[in-house]
Amino acid sequence: MGGLQRTPRHQRRRSPRLLPPHCRRVRTSPCFSSTSSFFFFFFLTVKIGNRTCSLQPLVGRPFGSLFSVGPSGLVPCADAPSRDDRMQDAADGPVQDETRDNRSLVDNNTAQNLSSDDIEAMKRDGVSGDEIVEALIANSSTFGKKTVFSQEKYKLKKQKKYAPKVLLRRPSTRSICETYFKKSPARTGFMRVDALSLLLSMANVGPYSDVLVVDMVGGLVVGSVAERLGGTGYVCSTYLGSAPISIDIIRMYNLSSDMTSRIVQAPLSDLCSLQNSGNAPSLLNDNIQGEAPETTAVPVENSQPSVPQPADTAISDEKAQSSKEQSIDIDISEPLLDEHINQDGDSSLDCKGDEDGSSIASKSLKAGKTPSPEKMKYWSEHGFSSLIVAAPGHDVESFVADLLPLLSYSAPFAIYHQYLQPLATCMHSLQVSKLAIGLQISEPWLREYQVLPSRTHPHMQMNAFGGYILSGIRIHNGDACNGIK
Amino acid sequence: MMVPLDPSAKPTSQRRIAEGDTVVVYERHDAMRAVAVRAGAVLQNRFGVFRHDDWIGRPFGCKVHSAAAGGGGRKGGGKGGGFVHLLAPTPELWTLVLSHRTQILYIADISLVVAYLELVPGCVVLESGTGSGSLTTSLARAVAPHGRVCTFDFHEQRAASAREDFEKNGLTSLITVAVRDIQGQGFPEEHTGAADAVFLDLPQPWLAIPSAGTMLKQDGVLCSFSPCIEQVQRACEAMRSCFTDIRTYEILLRTYEVREGALKGATTNEESNAGPLPQKRRKLVAPAETLDDIQNSSCVMVRPCSTARGHTGYLTFARLRVHGG
Repeated sequence: MGGLQRTPRHQRRRSPRLLPPHCRRVRTSPCFSSTSSFFFFFFLTVKIGNRTCSLQPLVGRPFGSLFSVGPSGLVPCADAPSRDDRMQDAADGPVQDETRDNRSLVDNNTAQNLSSDDIEAMKRDGVSGDEIVEALIANSSTFGKKTVFSQEKYKLKKQKKYAPKVLLRRPSTRSICETYFKKSPARTGFMRVDALSLLLSMANVGPYSDVLVVDMVGGLVVGSVAERLGGTGYVCSTYLGSAPISIDIIRMYNLSSDMTSRIVQAPLSDLCSLQNSGNAPSLLNDNIQGEAPETTAVPVENSQPSVPQPADTAISDEKAQSSKEQSIDIDISEPLLDEHINQDGDSSLDCKGDEDGSSIASKSLKAGKTPSPEKMKYWSEHGFSSLIVAAPGHDVESFVADLLPLLSYSAPFAIYHQYLQPLATCMHSLQVSKLAIGLQISEPWLREYQVLPSRTHPHMQMNAFGGYILSGIRIHNGDACNGIK
Repeated sequence: MMVPLDPSAKPTSQRRIAEGDTVVVYERHDAMRAVAVRAGAVLQNRFGVFRHDDWIGRPFGCKVHSAAAGGGGRKGGGKGGGFVHLLAPTPELWTLVLSHRTQILYIADISLVVAYLELVPGCVVLESGTGSGSLTTSLARAVAPHGRVCTFDFHEQRAASAREDFEKNGLTSLITVAVRDIQGQGFPEEHTGAADAVFLDLPQPWLAIPSAGTMLKQDGVLCSFSPCIEQVQRACEAMRSCFTDIRTYEILLRTYEVREGALKGATTNEESNAGPLPQKRRKLVAPAETLDDIQNSSCVMVRPCSTARGHTGYLTFARLRVHGG
């Protein structure tokens, strides 16, 4: 019941429980810098550009705080005007009657009089980033000839490099999905945030839903469903075979213990056999741990698994993909494993024997309990409220046929895929089997705009692909209803 | 009902359609309507006459047949009448069946708004205008069971109709509808600093943005939806003074149609296919109807539907700046 009384997040934000001042480990939070690149910070330090910054200054700060990166690390910005203001200031007035153009600009690499050694020297002397930018402008022989727009662009580019700003953002479906999509899209099956949002809508995820999920995108979907459930209902993460799939990303969501306790994991074979027999399989009955999920909730602080691989791997395979022209290369420091284990020694390593002893199961821990036999029985009789499948590497047709009968009649479902063909085949077979109606394959298209006075246009670069979704509604096609009186 | 407020209210396979329930009558993916089930009532459509009495006691998602051949439909009533499916209403279905009193938001925009406003159960969200209540219903689901949607429209009659709809859909405890000109008067003071998110769909959003900033909690998110780029331009200018992370997006959906069929090869090789395939180009037909005569060479093909919504509006999101840190 505690979950129902969840404190509004804005009040929880500064709560010492979430960010204990004495605890040096900072919980994961996506941030974004003024370069609009996203990253996770993890534990103690974060690497911004080539500077390793302690995360200590973030502790106790509200989400939405702005930090600048100084020689001594992250420094809270004292209400500095945002870049939007700066753009605005520059844009006012001279915009309309701009007379300069680029006719006299010659790109011969001699415009800047400061050498990289000069800049390094300034840095060593503790000159602030903003001052370096000023110096660069003063020493640029062409700056004055540029248009106001390109002067602004120049300034912003230099600021990104020498005086980066970091905005502390709350981990949410939006920020987490955006971060993974930007930093390591392969890990989440190239699922863009608009596709994920559509999945959640199309599957009617809301309070008290029992959502069946096949999440092969690291837990992104399970976490976002749990967030929407807000400590009510259940998200049942099912998997093929006997070993649960990793849903580690759920740790990024800062889920409360109520919300975490609503995440259960069960093999598809168990769900199906239950469906067919109408009885709980016996192997579930001796799993005491699985009983009464509501009461075995564990505080979130302790539920951090000991091996922080997601951010870690996310970043390493990402370097190659990270965008070319970005001046800041944000990276994440190696997590300090030892220290972390010491802090968390009392928790997260208690692998109570799951029936198949899967290490993943015990690692992704309290969040992935086996559902109680009662719950399993309930679901076999009442069906799940909806289904989301995100198995971007699988032939979904083969197991969607097994999954749909687990849904209640009239339950909506949404199947994500990075390729169109598997969904087309799946849709076709559903049409033939008459298991579902309202079938539709859709592909979201998301374009961002630059909105500035006299300079509004779509971004020059856009992501052209965020995934495909097959949606539909499971219907009752039993004899009872077909009968014509 | 549409958004369960306690666990027992959600539709499951055990739930049966009862008098007073709203069902979505599904004819085709583009032909649906919401119907309140009343004993003795009938529904008449091109597939025939359907008696509500026949529906009561059936599970949601069931297929029901017409009692008599339809009047307006084809004369093919001889087949024993047509059928429809009875679905449990969801906010997504509601968007497809509600009566359009205004231009409405559709699923792509709605889902992005809900995600980008970072709505979770328990949030308080302000909306203006209410319009036909398409987005409002999804906002209510996102903040339920203990959150709140306060929605405002300056049009008294529209507000009343929306209120009626919300009541019918069992959303009254989640949504408050008020008549108010938000552009002129701003949001009511009682919400100052209390809103997790604010959504504006107004002709002149810039007039309401200062008030929206006052209503939001620290780090709260504002969204403004406008069909025209000039509106976006002015709205963004108004946001710059106290918002940060101002981003404007456009989202569209491309839908695909799936067919099973076979294509002619470069050379017609009569000997390999004895069937009619090589001789005349087969029309691509809906697979379900031709299951029997599908040739081995046929395959499932997919292409984008030729019509689509080309523009809905621009969505601008912004975050209330945190002062002082």
